[in-house]
Amino acid sequence: MRILLALLVALWAPAAGAQTLQDLLQQEPEAISDPSRRTVGEVLDRLVDSGLPEVPVFLERWQGKEVWQRKSDGLFFYAEEDGDGHVLYDISTGEEAGRTGPRELSELKPNAGVRGVIGSALIEFQLSDPDPARRQAALDAIAKDPAPEQAAPLRASLEGEEDPDLMARKERLLALLSARFDEDPAARVAAIEALGADISVEARAVLNQILASRPAVAATLPEDANVARLLVPGSADLPREAAYVMLVEAGLAPPRVTETEIRDALVASIADGMVGETPVATLGTDAARHAAYDAIAPARGLPPRVTEAEVDAAISTHVFWQGYAEPDATVTAAAQRALGTAETRVALWQGADLLLDAVSLASIYFLAAIGLAITFGVMGVINMAHGEFIMMGAYTGYVVQTLVPDYTLSLLLALPLAFAVTFAAGVAMERLVIHHLAHRPLETLLATFGISIALQQVAKNVFGTQARPLTSPAWLDGAWVINDVAGIAYIRIAIFVLALLFLGLLLFILKRTRLGLEVRAVTQNPGMAASLGINPDRIGMLTFGLGSGIAGIAGVAIGLYAKVTSEMGADYIVQSFMTVVVGGVGNVWGTLAGAGLIGGFQKGVEWLNPSNTLAAQTFMILFIIAFIQVRPRGIVAMKGRAAGA
Amino acid sequence: MTTAPSSTLRPRFVIAGNSSVLWALLVLALVTVGATVLAEAGMISTSFVKTLGKTLCLCLAAIAMDVVWGYCGILSLGHMAFFGIGGYAIGQWLMTARTTDIVTQNLAGQPLPPTPREIEQAVASQIFGVVGADDFPWIWAFSHSLALQLLMVVLVPGVLAGLFGWLAFRSRVTGVYLSILTQGMTLALSLWLFQNDSGLRGNNGLSGLQNIPGLDQWGQDRISLLFLWASAGALGAGYVLFAWLTSGRRGSAIRAIRDDEARLRFLGHGVEGLKLLVFTLTAVVTAIAGALYYPQAGIINPGEVAPLASIYLAVWVAIGGRGRLYGAALGAALVSLLSSWFTGGGAPDIPLGFYTIQWTDWWTVLLGLTFVAVTLWAPKGLGGLFDLVPSRKPRQGDWGPDDGAWRREEGQP
Repeated sequence: MRILLALLVALWAPAAGAQTLQDLLQQEPEAISDPSRRTVGEVLDRLVDSGLPEVPVFLERWQGKEVWQRKSDGLFFYAEEDGDGHVLYDISTGEEAGRTGPRELSELKPNAGVRGVIGSALIEFQLSDPDPARRQAALDAIAKDPAPEQAAPLRASLEGEEDPDLMARKERLLALLSARFDEDPAARVAAIEALGADISVEARAVLNQILASRPAVAATLPEDANVARLLVPGSADLPREAAYVMLVEAGLAPPRVTETEIRDALVASIADGMVGETPVATLGTDAARHAAYDAIAPARGLPPRVTEAEVDAAISTHVFWQGYAEPDATVTAAAQRALGTAETRVALWQGADLLLDAVSLASIYFLAAIGLAITFGVMGVINMAHGEFIMMGAYTGYVVQTLVPDYTLSLLLALPLAFAVTFAAGVAMERLVIHHLAHRPLETLLATFGISIALQQVAKNVFGTQARPLTSPAWLDGAWVINDVAGIAYIRIAIFVLALLFLGLLLFILKRTRLGLEVRAVTQNPGMAASLGINPDRIGMLTFGLGSGIAGIAGVAIGLYAKVTSEMGADYIVQSFMTVVVGGVGNVWGTLAGAGLIGGFQKGVEWLNPSNTLAAQTFMILFIIAFIQVRPRGIVAMKGRAAGA
Repeated sequence: MTTAPSSTLRPRFVIAGNSSVLWALLVLALVTVGATVLAEAGMISTSFVKTLGKTLCLCLAAIAMDVVWGYCGILSLGHMAFFGIGGYAIGQWLMTARTTDIVTQNLAGQPLPPTPREIEQAVASQIFGVVGADDFPWIWAFSHSLALQLLMVVLVPGVLAGLFGWLAFRSRVTGVYLSILTQGMTLALSLWLFQNDSGLRGNNGLSGLQNIPGLDQWGQDRISLLFLWASAGALGAGYVLFAWLTSGRRGSAIRAIRDDEARLRFLGHGVEGLKLLVFTLTAVVTAIAGALYYPQAGIINPGEVAPLASIYLAVWVAIGGRGRLYGAALGAALVSLLSSWFTGGGAPDIPLGFYTIQWTDWWTVLLGLTFVAVTLWAPKGLGGLFDLVPSRKPRQGDWGPDDGAWRREEGQP
């Protein structure tokens, strides 16, 4: 085609000097108005070679079905609908060129194939477009749908590229194109080896495309086959049945007669309640059916059944292998090596990503569980309504957000307000219920459960059953993307920071304040603390309020990335219990360790079996039950006399 | 009965020694016979008979819960897991047998008699098509045999409870820790069942269990009565079993575990073995209750073994009165019947002018608050009302968890 083009250019060259775009198009108007994928290449080459500045715009509009032809004289125009008719614009100058009435124009509608060809011609222009955004778009188009002919324009556009980011991307795309399409194997190998360090999805996609392979079978291994690996029939790679199916598909063995075919053949041969010599009523087993089929098959010209021995014989006399589509072994070997390197790096980054996920999950569990842990430590009671305090905090956030439209401001208001609301609720619950059930931990557990179902239902009655959104401010949207493999949403980072803040705050309160001293004293020995002038009652109340308040804050944080529903507390409560049980009671570090262990374990199991979050939770609970065997009092167990309490 | 500890001196069968057992059996018999007569006379509907039968099963689960919690002091928040396992085990047979019947009928119209393989494939795709599978998972290996599945009803919960209890009691996990662990156990089970590849049809559960294969000619009215009698029989037998278990020296030891486990251990009793016995036995009885319940309910899904169900079981026992079997049965019957009355829209709305209280919405709130109130002010629950009945004889049995393990001889009159 290039030769033809050269000829054409030579033919038209004399006339080309004074041409306008319209003249050029009119030389062969049918090629423009009714192009086919086969013929459009010539026209495009001619247009590109003309060097006219208006060509890119024309191609773009042509591709976008915005070019019209006037029926009377066959001239081409850009047009805009105006009432019944159209306003015409000159294709060279873009100036208005009169109006037409209805049905005087016909729209040029190139088909998808032609538009694709136009598109690749356009890329050439777009790659050197002055607007960086358009150059970027052209590069994205190449990355999405790479083709061999894109390499030349891309290489040409390197010169004159000023933007360093785009330059880097162009070079990388060029390497990808060269790795995949270059005609010189040595150049391909070099390009592939350069890709080895690249963990982007693009680069790995190219390597995988080079390594595309499919199973093949033959009597002997052909000399020129680029074999990825041999397949052993009967192994997990290639089950025996699949191997035989391959043989059949390759025409190397007769197809098996399926049970359905046997049944149909027998049904077709029923005469007077008999199939051949066999009564129909006895055909209730596979063996009987096979015998009957074997008896009638030769007479009726049916294919004989393939016996298991024949299947084995056919399989054993053939070679099965996984063969590359790419014929050149050096290229596939290089790609294999490069992919190996890339995958090692990808695995490392995936590990890092997993770690980020686990840390973020652990901080959520920490926030949800720490309140529970300190109340359990100080008062020895499990608060089943803790999850409902989380829910209360989230709904507080939601209500504040409906009143204060600014998301940043409403979040800043919601956090202390959620703390206040749940602190008050916690203190009220302690005074009204838990206080009266002192030293009866199981009864407390049940009474707080009664409160929990009541609160849950009240929330359902007030806010309805559908999930309420708690929208995070715009600066928390999006994610910190490190590369194609690892990344983390900003909201999760924010929750991590929040968890760190509360860790610090709690440590400060417990270790550096009078209240903390008294809390620790009561945790260790309430009787002794009371005789030293500490009021365990008051401490219990305050701790309960504090624990509940933190649950409220956790509720706002959880609501930001999950929906707010009346049942959200129940989703976290068991995990929180487990965190407390694993971590050990009444110790901030224990809860932190518990949250880390549970978050890490859950993410780890999800990673091993990514499709199944439910299985991850099942395994986690089994793990915790096993863990309790080893450390019945948690990771950080209280020692000495306090442990017996 | 006026002399000191008769049970230790003169062993007598538990029914004779404890009049409450006789009363409970009498009431149970009256309810069952009464319901049968009324149903045969057409005065109560089949669905009410089923509700009654289901309630009796729940009562059986509740007295098991009472033994493990009210007597032995182990607050298990996972006993409904065993109830669900029982239901699933019987449901597997019911579903397989029923589907096989249907498939065999359908295939009978074919020109060739069906082979066993064809039947099995058709049954499997009928049952598991809904989760995208078309052959029997390993867990259904025994589903063709009623006897084996009945064995599973007892064996699976027994082994599971035995293993769990052995692990937990051996490492001396007690109190709230143990409660949370049992809750974790039932949560793990329900999450596992929710998966499609668990082999038990994921969140679709098992359905169509009300059709009993082989009893097609009977009709649901007869079947419902059959199950009412079976449930009543099981409840009666369970009642006697647990009354026996909690009587005598062994009963005292069980109550002592509740009141002071360490002291009992120092006195030389094998605490772990006794706890394990109670935990496993109650688990098996609960599973039998489940196996009777679900054929009457007709459907079982993983939601039935969610932690909430087990906590409700504890709520029933607490409202009915811990530490006495009739209290637990009473609580379960009353609260579950009231629940279905309120949530079924049977209760009239209360207009307050500015707001109308609809019981379908507010019943749970009322239940929760009632529960808190009972825990706070009436730890003896509804069963405590019977103490108000003036009695010719001094009170039999122990004084319940609120007064410790005191017997008649020691407690206040």
